[in-house]
Amino acid sequence: MLENNTEGLKFEYSPAPESSAVVKLQGKYELFIDGKWVKPKSGKYMTTVNPATEKPLAKVAWANDKDVDMAVKAARKAYTNVWSKMSGAERGRYLYRIARILQERAREFAVLETLDNGKPIKESRDVDIPLVAAHFFYYAGWADKLDYAFPGKKVSSLGVAAQVIPWNFPLLMAAWKIAPALATGNTVVLKPAETTPLTALLLADVIKQAGLPDGVVNIVTGHGDTGAALVSHPDVNKVAFTGSTDVGKKIARAIAGSGKKLTLELGGKSANIIFADAAIDQAVEGIINAIYFNQGHVCCAGSRLLVEESIKDVVLDKLKIRMKQLRVGDPMDKNTDIGAINSKIEFDKINKLVEAAKAEGGDFFAPESSELPSKGYFCQPCFFSDVASSSTINRLEVFGPVLSVSTFRTTAEAIAKANDTPYGLAAGIWSEKGSKVHKVAGALKAGIIWANTYNKFDPCSPFGGYNESGWGREGGRHGLFPYLKIEDSVAASAGSAKPVNAKKAVKKSARKPAKIVLKKAVKIKPKKTAKKAVKSKVRGKK
Amino acid sequence: MAGLTDKNLKIAKTIKLYVGGKFPRTESGRCFPIYVQGSKGASKEVYANQCQASRKDLRGAVEVAKKTVSTWESATAYLRGQILYRMAEMAEGKRGEFADILIQTMGYSPKDADLAVDDMVSSFVYYAGFTDKYQQVIGAVNPVSGPHHNFTCTEPVGVVGLIASDDFDLGELIDNIASIICSGNTLVVLLDEKSSAILAPLAEVFATSDLPGGVVNLLTGFVGELLPHFITHMEIQSISYQRDNKTELKDLQFGAVDNMKRVVPRLKSKRSLENILNHIELKTVWHPIGV
Repeated sequence: MLENNTEGLKFEYSPAPESSAVVKLQGKYELFIDGKWVKPKSGKYMTTVNPATEKPLAKVAWANDKDVDMAVKAARKAYTNVWSKMSGAERGRYLYRIARILQERAREFAVLETLDNGKPIKESRDVDIPLVAAHFFYYAGWADKLDYAFPGKKVSSLGVAAQVIPWNFPLLMAAWKIAPALATGNTVVLKPAETTPLTALLLADVIKQAGLPDGVVNIVTGHGDTGAALVSHPDVNKVAFTGSTDVGKKIARAIAGSGKKLTLELGGKSANIIFADAAIDQAVEGIINAIYFNQGHVCCAGSRLLVEESIKDVVLDKLKIRMKQLRVGDPMDKNTDIGAINSKIEFDKINKLVEAAKAEGGDFFAPESSELPSKGYFCQPCFFSDVASSSTINRLEVFGPVLSVSTFRTTAEAIAKANDTPYGLAAGIWSEKGSKVHKVAGALKAGIIWANTYNKFDPCSPFGGYNESGWGREGGRHGLFPYLKIEDSVAASAGSAKPVNAKKAVKKSARKPAKIVLKKAVKIKPKKTAKKAVKSKVRGKK
Repeated sequence: MAGLTDKNLKIAKTIKLYVGGKFPRTESGRCFPIYVQGSKGASKEVYANQCQASRKDLRGAVEVAKKTVSTWESATAYLRGQILYRMAEMAEGKRGEFADILIQTMGYSPKDADLAVDDMVSSFVYYAGFTDKYQQVIGAVNPVSGPHHNFTCTEPVGVVGLIASDDFDLGELIDNIASIICSGNTLVVLLDEKSSAILAPLAEVFATSDLPGGVVNLLTGFVGELLPHFITHMEIQSISYQRDNKTELKDLQFGAVDNMKRVVPRLKSKRSLENILNHIELKTVWHPIGV
């Protein structure tokens, strides 16, 4: 019935291309270090390509360890001399300025993002860039309110933050990294992905425009070797990485024992669960949004669809019809739903996994209706149904518009299947029954649960995963913690107990319990500080 | 030992492990002696024989800890608080036994031993009071810009490993245990050979506080032998490493990456919210608002 009603219903659209005139590409981009554009000591450049046309966009510096060292030194100098001494209110002012300039130059950023990344202009324009500005705006407000960040504790900045970001949301990930780092008083060296460096470099221009002190944000472009040099630089206090679980694990091993604080936002294989009592049409929209948003290049993509067995046929029928209406093609066209895969490497990887999944079995579906452009890296959205839990397509993160579909009969089975993954980033639940939604949301081992919605993001909503999806949260008050040193305040140590001085305790023989040291600290410390306070007041009067 | 004179024949018992609420011997059939501390250090007098846990004992303990997570995390926060408070009561009742072990096997003065027991009881009470509050302090309702209800809540990470410090501090050990289990985690603790006699009264506290068997599991043995197996065990989600050995810590941080365990180094302070937060996950839930 469904097929009969809508089969062949094809919407014809005239081309509606966004103009790229707003963007002025330079032929060559240098490194942004200490507030200046600096030629790389490596002498090397790499080429960034428009994945929708395969044409080169620009040459971009490829930093080596010497360049990285220069950037870290600039960040250290800016931290010591300027940024760590500045009041939170002043830091906030700079972040507000950056947010405003981003809003004013939003179209320029959206167009450049789409050219360099391949995502549809409607997404860069309506999702990425507005969220970037909102993120800076949100954290700007935190800069002078950090006393409220962690209850009962004194917080301070860490120092220099090394930040390595991926290519799927290039500027948004830069914002997620830079905004909280600066708000908390740290300085930054950022390494954008090698295939999508251009919006981060345009952000450098905004940073100059905002008058941010030199060296507070430094941007070094390059490949994996550049990122490796950055995270292992000895004068870095904080490492933040978003990307694949494989690379995240390499970074964690590389800095083991260094004392650097580390946050990792890694991969996922998130389940999207549709119960029989869901609002089916909304759920189908939710499936589309969960897996085909941003070509499926989303760490939290709902790439494993779990459908209650009794509604499998109706859901898949509706899904097929909806998929036939997805428009794959020119990302600069305002009607495009699915743009270009970001790079040849990713394009080949996705195709290889799709072929492997076909060989393993399972029913493959991709709409035949639309024609893909002859140039550029384009993938038809597709899904595999009736796949085993152990199949490749159900285990590996494809990071493309590829969905696996399996079924379940009971809520317990849905939960067990959803949690059957080493990852734990996100999950979707579709049901009109509130108590069931809460039960399942509680039982799923994932950092973000979207109930009757999917792929929603907001600067005040913490984002991050369980298990092999990473450590730490970005966004919200919780997104401040990874960038703060958290210590006992006087009030806290009086109210609870003394700080254990581990080093002192070690030197003492095991017979002398650290206890006594502690008790003294509790009793004497507040008195001492009280006396000091009185003294300084008296001196002040003199 | 209390009540015995030189004329009595002392009973040097074997202190067994505490796993799944039971007191098994090590499957390895090994033990090591704990000596009474004299004024010049360890004497030749055996205080007790201690089970030397093996890799298999560790695996068994993790298995039961894993099975117990769902029971313990789904207990109400109020009940977890009641049980932790009961531990304080039971520990207070064993004050003499704890002090005796600290004095005899670790060379504490009676006064220091008494303070150490105070410290232990304080930590039980502190976290008993936190079981139904840390969620409110650290959770959030997030004002997202759109018609969505969005909140962030806490969850235990699951099975936690605790490697106790070698410069033994009873209060610190209890602070670790209580802060880790108060949020619904289950725990496998490794006490090293110097401090392992404390297992006996401690296990009895846990066994008599209505704590479900398997929430706290206590092993005694050699850190050098067992730490590598803590590091590589895929069902341990988080490790609290309380020793001060930098090489071990580095190995631990390196190896823990395989299943992305968290590694928490020695606590900076006792009786702190931070100690609970070291071993919880944050979950953010979105739901549309509308009709």
